[in-house]
Amino acid sequence: MKHLLSTLDLSRADAIRILDIAEEMAAVGTREVKKLPALRGRTVVNLFFEDSTRTRISFEAAAKRLSADVINFSAKGSSVSKGESLKDTAQTLQAIGADAVVIRHGASGAPARLAATDWIDAPVVNAGDGTHEHPTQALLDAFTLRTHWSALHGHTSLGSDLSGMKVAIVGDILHSRVARSNLWLLRTLGAEVTMVAPPTLLPHGSKVWPCTISYDLDATLAGGIDAVMMLRVQGERMHDSFFPNTREYSRLWGFDDARLAALDARDTGETIIMHPGPMNRGLEISSAAADSPRSTVLAQVANGVAVRMAVLYLLLSGDQQRPAPSDATRPAGL
Amino acid sequence: MSTNTTYLIRGAKPLGNQGTDILVHDGTIAALGADAATHPAAANATVIEAAGQIALPGMVDLHTHLREPGREDAETVETGTRAAALGGFTAVHAMANSNPVADTAGVVEQVWSLGKRSGWVDVRPVGAVTVGLEGKQMSEIGAMADSRAQVRVFSDDGICVFDPLVMRRALEYVKAFDGVIAQHAQEPRLTEGAQMNEGEVSAVLGLAGWPAVAEESIIARDVLLAEHVGSRLHICHVSTAGSVEIIRWAKSRGVNVTAEVTPHHLLLTDELVSSYDPVYKVNPPLRTETDVMALRAGLADGTIDIIGTDHAPHPSEAKECEWAAAAMGMTGLETALSVVQHTMVETGLITWADFARITSTAPAAIGRLTDQGRELAVGEPANITLVDAEARWVVDPYAMATKGRNSPFKGLELPGKVTHVFFHGHPTVRDGKLGTPRLSEAF
Repeated sequence: MKHLLSTLDLSRADAIRILDIAEEMAAVGTREVKKLPALRGRTVVNLFFEDSTRTRISFEAAAKRLSADVINFSAKGSSVSKGESLKDTAQTLQAIGADAVVIRHGASGAPARLAATDWIDAPVVNAGDGTHEHPTQALLDAFTLRTHWSALHGHTSLGSDLSGMKVAIVGDILHSRVARSNLWLLRTLGAEVTMVAPPTLLPHGSKVWPCTISYDLDATLAGGIDAVMMLRVQGERMHDSFFPNTREYSRLWGFDDARLAALDARDTGETIIMHPGPMNRGLEISSAAADSPRSTVLAQVANGVAVRMAVLYLLLSGDQQRPAPSDATRPAGL
Repeated sequence: MSTNTTYLIRGAKPLGNQGTDILVHDGTIAALGADAATHPAAANATVIEAAGQIALPGMVDLHTHLREPGREDAETVETGTRAAALGGFTAVHAMANSNPVADTAGVVEQVWSLGKRSGWVDVRPVGAVTVGLEGKQMSEIGAMADSRAQVRVFSDDGICVFDPLVMRRALEYVKAFDGVIAQHAQEPRLTEGAQMNEGEVSAVLGLAGWPAVAEESIIARDVLLAEHVGSRLHICHVSTAGSVEIIRWAKSRGVNVTAEVTPHHLLLTDELVSSYDPVYKVNPPLRTETDVMALRAGLADGTIDIIGTDHAPHPSEAKECEWAAAAMGMTGLETALSVVQHTMVETGLITWADFARITSTAPAAIGRLTDQGRELAVGEPANITLVDAEARWVVDPYAMATKGRNSPFKGLELPGKVTHVFFHGHPTVRDGKLGTPRLSEAF
C-alpha cells in the first residue's frame, strides 16, 4: 500500500490488517502514556483545503501518538487562498520534506492527482475529497462495526470480517464521500448494504452498485438491520429541490424518536446507530437517538484515531514490502 | 501571388481507388492519369512518389478553436493552422469564443486576415450568434456575412443558445445570408457544475454529472424549431446515442439539419475519467461505449454528416491541477485523420470515399466554401491530402505543432500518416513535415 485513496483499492486482507493493527493502536490510547516511537523523525503534513476540525485533529492525534512531527497546512490564510495551485503546494511540501501528506480537498480526485503525478513522492492519504471518498472514515466505521459484531457473537475481533452483517446507510448518498467509501469496504468485508435515501439524493448511476436501494427507511428497519449509519444532510439542499423542506426530510428519512421507539420494541440494543459527525440533531437524527445506548458516535471518534494511526504506521513504517497477511495467517501485532 | 510551381504526384490512389498520376499546376489539378505525365507543364514538375498512398480532398474542419485574439498563450492562428496543415486540413473554421468575441465584422476580418497572412490553410471565421456569447442580443450577423471574412457559420460554441426565442430568431435571420446556426446543445440548468458524463462512472467518482438528456432535449427542440421556420441547423459535437436517434428522426422528416461528431467521441469513453487526469475533461464529456458505437453507426449511415475536431488547445497549467479546476477541451487537428481511420475505416464502417465526404465535401458544403471539398478532377482547385494509410505512429503531444499539449491520445499507436498536403496547389506539408506557407496577395 503506497497511498490510501479509495477503499476500492483495499483487498479483504489489506482491510483486515489495518483493522487488526488499529486494535493494537487502540490499546495505546488507553495507556497513561499514549505514545509509540514508531514514526519518530518523520513528518506528516495535514493539507486541508476544506475546514474540518474533527478530521484534522484526529489525524493530528494519530500522528503525534506515533511520535511523528505534524505540520498543519490549511488553505485559509495560506498561499492557497491567494490562488496557489495544487501543484505548487505539493511541490512546496516535497521541498520541505514531508514524509506523508494527509489531504482534505473539495474537489473529487485531488488526492488521486497528487498520487499520480510527480509533484510529490510522499504517500498520500485521502482525508475526504469532494463527493468521492473518505476511506479512513469507512475504516473507522468498519472498526466500530467489527467490535460490535464480534462482541455480539462472542468471538474475537482480530482477523474477523463483517460476514452476515446487515448495514443500512441512510441520507444524502449523492453528495456523500462517506457513503461511497463505506459501500466498497463493507462489501469487501462481507456485509450486506442497503442505501436508503430520497431518489433525488441517489446518484443516477447507483443502480448497478452492489447494494439494495430503498426509498423507505421504515421498511428497511423492519426488515432487520444490524447497524444504521445516518449521514449528515445539509438543510440548504432543499433550495436545489432535492427535497421539499427539512421537516419532510426528517419525517421520511431521519432517525427520529418514533423510529427509535420502534427499534426498542423489537430488540434489546443489538442494532446500533452510527453517525460520522458532525450531527444535525433534529434533522437526520433526533437527540434521543444520538444519545441512546445504541449510538456509537463517540466510539467512532475514538476509533478514528486508532485507525488513522494504523494507516500512517503502515504507509510510513517501511514495512509496506511485507505482504499483507493472508486470510489464514493472522498478524501477531506490531 | 499564386504558385507557379508544378508537382507531379505519381501513383496515388484517389479516394483509395486505382493508383494514378495527378498533375498539380498553378493551383489547380491540371491533368489526371496517363495525361498527367505527358502534359506540357509536367516537364518542369517536381515529382512526388506516392505509390500506394491515398489521395484525398484537403480536409475541412468546421470546428476549430484557434484562440486568437485573446488567448495567444493557448494557440495562435499561426500555430493552429500549422497544426491543421500537418493534420491534412486545407481549411478550418475558427470558433467565435475568442476575446474579444467574434461578434463583429472587425473581429472576424482580423481572424480572416491572420489566416491569410499565415498561409497554411483557409481560415474561415465563425461568427457569434449573440453579442458576447451572452445568449441575449443577436450579434451583427449581416455585417459579418458581408465582410471580407464572408461568414456563413454562426455559433456561440461553448455556450448553448438556450433561450428558445433567441434561437428561433437567429435561425430565421441567417436565412437572409445563406447562413447556418451551429448549436452547442447543452441545457444549462441540467448541467450546472457538470464535470463528466452522468452515469455509472460518475456515481463512483463523485463527480457532478452531465446527463445525456441535457444534450438531447436541446437537439429535439432545435430540430423542431428549424423545421418550423425552415432554416438550416447544424449540431456541434453530437455525443450521445439518443442524439443520433433524434437527428435520424429529424432527417426522416426532412428537417434541414446537419450534425458533427469529434474524433475523440468516436474512440474514448468516460471510463478514462477514473484516472482523474484532466486531459480527458472535455465538453460535451466522454460518454459510454454504447454512445461511441451509436455515433460510429450514425456517422456510417449518414445521420451524422461530418467530423469536427473541436480542437481546443489549453496551456499546461489549465490541465495540471485537480479535475474540477481544469479547463475543458482536447487538441485534435493532428490526430483527427488517424483516429477516424482507426475507428471508421479500419473497422470497415466506411470507405475512403466516405472519409472524403465526412471530412471534406460535407463540411465545405455546410460552411459554403466553394473552393474546398471539391472532387479530385481536372480543373478543380488543388487542395489535396496524401496519406500513407499503412504507416503507424505513436502520438506524442510534445512533437505537435499546436501549442496545446492536451491530447487525450498521448501514447496511443494510431494508423495513417499525412505525407503531403497541397493547399491551392502549394505544398504546405512535404514528407510529413511542414512545407512552406502559401503567400497570398490580399490581407
